[in-house]
Amino acid sequence: MSDLLLDIQGLTKAYPGVVANDDVSFTIKKGEVHALLGENGAGKSTLVKMIYGLVRPDKGQMHLNGEVFAPSEPRAARAAGVAMVFQHFSLFEALNVAENIALGMENPPKQRQLAKRITDVSQAYGLPLDPARLVGDLSAGERQRVEIIRCLLQDPSLLIMDEPTSVLTPQEVEILFKTLRKLRDEGTSILYISHKLEEIRAICDAATILRRGKVVATSDPKTASARELAELMVGSTLHQPERVEQELGDVMLAVRRLSTASTTPFGTSLKSVNLTVRKGEVLGIGGVAGNGQDELLAALSGERLSTPDAVTVDGQPVGDLAPNARRCIGVLSAPEERLGHAAAPDMSLTENALLTGAQREELTDNGFINWGKTREFAEKIITDFDVRTPGPSHVARSLSGGNLQKFVIGREILQRPEVLVINQPTWGVDAAAAADIRQALLDLAAAGTALVVISQDLDELMEISTNFAALHHGRLSATRSCQGLTVDEIGLMMGGADAA
Amino acid sequence: MIHLEKRAEPSQLWAAFTPVLAVILTMIAGGLMFAALGKDPFEVLRTIFWDPLFSEQFSAYSRPQLLVKAGPLILIAIGLALGFRAGIWNIGAEGQYIIGAISGAAVGLAFYPTESWLIYPLMVIAGATGGWAWAMIPAILKTRFNTNEILVSLLLVYVAEQLLASMALSTLRNPEGNGFPGSRNLSQYWSTSNPELITGTGMHLGVLFAFITVIMAYILLHKHMLGFHIRLTGESPRAARFAGVNPTRLILICLGTSGALAGLAGLFEVTGPAGQISIDFNVGYGFTAIIVAFLGRLHPVGILLAGLLMALTYIGGELAQFMLGLPGASIQAFQGMLLFFLLGVDVLTNFRIRIGHGGAK
Repeated sequence: MSDLLLDIQGLTKAYPGVVANDDVSFTIKKGEVHALLGENGAGKSTLVKMIYGLVRPDKGQMHLNGEVFAPSEPRAARAAGVAMVFQHFSLFEALNVAENIALGMENPPKQRQLAKRITDVSQAYGLPLDPARLVGDLSAGERQRVEIIRCLLQDPSLLIMDEPTSVLTPQEVEILFKTLRKLRDEGTSILYISHKLEEIRAICDAATILRRGKVVATSDPKTASARELAELMVGSTLHQPERVEQELGDVMLAVRRLSTASTTPFGTSLKSVNLTVRKGEVLGIGGVAGNGQDELLAALSGERLSTPDAVTVDGQPVGDLAPNARRCIGVLSAPEERLGHAAAPDMSLTENALLTGAQREELTDNGFINWGKTREFAEKIITDFDVRTPGPSHVARSLSGGNLQKFVIGREILQRPEVLVINQPTWGVDAAAAADIRQALLDLAAAGTALVVISQDLDELMEISTNFAALHHGRLSATRSCQGLTVDEIGLMMGGADAA
Repeated sequence: MIHLEKRAEPSQLWAAFTPVLAVILTMIAGGLMFAALGKDPFEVLRTIFWDPLFSEQFSAYSRPQLLVKAGPLILIAIGLALGFRAGIWNIGAEGQYIIGAISGAAVGLAFYPTESWLIYPLMVIAGATGGWAWAMIPAILKTRFNTNEILVSLLLVYVAEQLLASMALSTLRNPEGNGFPGSRNLSQYWSTSNPELITGTGMHLGVLFAFITVIMAYILLHKHMLGFHIRLTGESPRAARFAGVNPTRLILICLGTSGALAGLAGLFEVTGPAGQISIDFNVGYGFTAIIVAFLGRLHPVGILLAGLLMALTYIGGELAQFMLGLPGASIQAFQGMLLFFLLGVDVLTNFRIRIGHGGAK
C-alpha cells in the first residue's frame, strides 16, 4: 500500500472571467501536514472546496487512497474521510456545544453519549471544552475547538483547516499546533491553508504554493526561508514598509472612562476604556476577535454615542457628536466589514465615495449632489491607491477584497484625517496590497495624523505601531511601547492578565 | 439540469427588460386561464389592453378614465416607493388616503357655502396633513417603541374605514340629502371642486400633481443627499449609519411623505372623480399602489408607466367583465399574475441561468 493519501491531477475550475484553478496537481502523504500557500485570490479556497465537494471541477481527477474520488457534495466527502474546519464558523450562539455538534452529524447519538464523546476527544487532543456551555459565551478560540472536535468525531483521514490561527492568541496557537502534531503522529493528514509563513515553517512538512490559480512551486518549508516562500507566493520582491522615527506631537485623541452597553445579547460592552494618541503616533490595538473591537470603532467613529467628555479630540469633547460632525473636525474611520458597513455592496464606487466623502470633500451643494465632483474623487482614490477596477461606475461587490479595502482606506486617507481609526486594515488582503496599505498608514502618521489601528494580525501591529494595547472582554490593557515587547507579554495582554 | 449563477454585477439590460418579459408572460398565462374559462383569449386580451383606448364604442368613456385611475395610483406609489427603497414598509396608504379625503373635505364643508379661491388650497393642505398625521402613528410607534410599521399601518386602514363610515353617516352627512348617507357633492361647488383641466382627457389637478411628484421624486432620489441616504439605508443599514444617517429621522420622513402623498390623492379624488365622502369612497388605490410601486421597480419613471398599465388593466378588466361576462375574480387573478411574474423574472437581473452540469450546487 502506498503512502499517498490524496493525489490531485490536473484540476481545473473556471468561473466567468477568471480561471480559479488551472491544471493544479499535487499530492498529500499519509500523516503529513501539507501547507497550501497563496495570496488571497490565488485559488486556495476553490481548490479546497473541490476537495470537500462544495464545487465540482471542470477537468482533472482526484484519488483518495488509490480510489477515484469525486465527491458530489460535502456529505460524500465526509463519508470518504475528509473533514474541514472553515475560517468562518457556522455555529448557533443560542445552542450549547453538544447541540451544535449534533446538528452537523448524520445520525447524532443521544445528548449524554455525545457529551461524553466530546469530553473524551477534547481531553485526548488537549482541547479543553465543556459540552454543556452555550456557544454564545465562548471565545473565538473555543468556538474553533467546537468545529475541530466536530471534525474529529468523524475520524477523518484528511483534515482541511482554512486559516485557523486568524482568530487565536499566540498561546492558543501553541495549543492548536500541539493538537495538530498529535493528529499527524496518529496518521491523520492535514491540509493547512494559510498565508502566515512563520506558522507554516513551524508546523508543515511540505508546501504547495499557488499563484493566480497555478501551482508555482512545491517546497519544504522547513528548509526554505520565509522570504523565499513569500517571494514565490507573491511573484516579486516584497516591499518592506519604511518607518520614520519622529518626535510625537501633542495629544490629539483622548478617551476617558468610555463605557458602552452591548446592543446584542452576545455582543461585548466596552468597560471604562482609557487611551491617548498623539499626533504622529500609531496606537496598535490587538486582541482576539469579538473582544470589543467593533464597539470601540463605533464609539470613536460616532456610530455609538457616549458622554461628551468620554472622547476628546484636540481637547474638544466630541463623545456626543454623530459621525458626520466628527468627520467635519477630521475624525475619520474605516470599519472592519468592508461590504455592508464601510461600503454598500450594490452601489457604485462613485456612490461609495460619497458615502463618507460628502462633508470634507464638499461633494454636495445645499444637499444636491455634485456627481461630477464625486466621480472625480472616486477616480482619484482609484488612481492614487491602485484600485484594480474598470472604472468608478462598477459596484463595490464586484471588486476583490483587497481592491475594495484599498478603496475604503484610500477614501479616508485622501480626506486628510486628523485622527484615523481603522479596524483590520489588511484583513483578507493580498501581501502586496497589505504592504501598500501599511506604508500609506505610516506615511499618514509621518505627516502628523494620530492613528488607531485595531487588528488581529500581531505581525502587522508590531510592524507599524508606536504603542500597543490589547482588548479583552471590552477592557483595554495599559498602553505599552512596542519596542522591547515580547510575544509572551502580548499574549498575556490579549488574555487580560494586566487589564486595567 | 438548470441552475442559477450569481452575476458579478446586476445586469442593466435585464433590469430594463424584465418588466416587458413579465407582461408577456402574464399575457400567455392569463390567456391560458381565459381559454380555460371558455373564452377566446385573444378577444379577452384585446378587450383589456386595446379596446379601452382605441375602440370607437368605448374609448370616449374609458380613455379619460385611464388618467383618472392612474393619477392616484402614481401619486401614492411614488410616496410608498421612497419608503420601500429605504426598507420602511408603509402598507397602510389606503387609510392615509381615506383620512386625507376626510380632512380635506371637512375643511371644504366647513366653509360651505362661502365662495373663495382660498378654500381649495386650504383643503389641499388639510388633505396632505391628514394623510401625514395618520402615517405618523406607525412612524412614532416604530421609533419610540420599535413596533412593526407593516402591522400598525395596515391595521389603521380598518380604523380609517370605520371613521369614513361614521363621517358619511353623521358628522359630514349632507343636511339637505334627505337622510341618505354621504356628504354634499364637493365637485358641484366651484370653491371645492377639482374639475377636469382639459375636457375629455381625465386630466385633473391630482393627475398634474402626480406627474410633478414623479419628477420631484426622480430628482430627490438621484440628485439629492436625502435620496442617497434613502437608497443607502435600503441597500445596507449599517453602511447608512456609518455615513451619518439618522434612522429615526429617515423613518419619520419616509412614512410622513408617503402619508402626505396618499392624503393628497384622497383629497383630489373626493373633490373630483368621487365628488363626495361616502361609505364606499375608497376602492383600494392604496393597496394597488403597492403593486404599482414594485411593478415600476421603485423607480419614479417606472412607477409612472406601471401606474398607467395598472389603470389600463382595471378599466379593461371592467370592460371584459360586462362585455364578455368574465368573473371579476379572474381579472384579479390576472393582475396577480402580473406581480407574480414580475417578481419571478426579477431573479434574472442578479442571476444568469445555466443549463448543463457542473458548477456550485
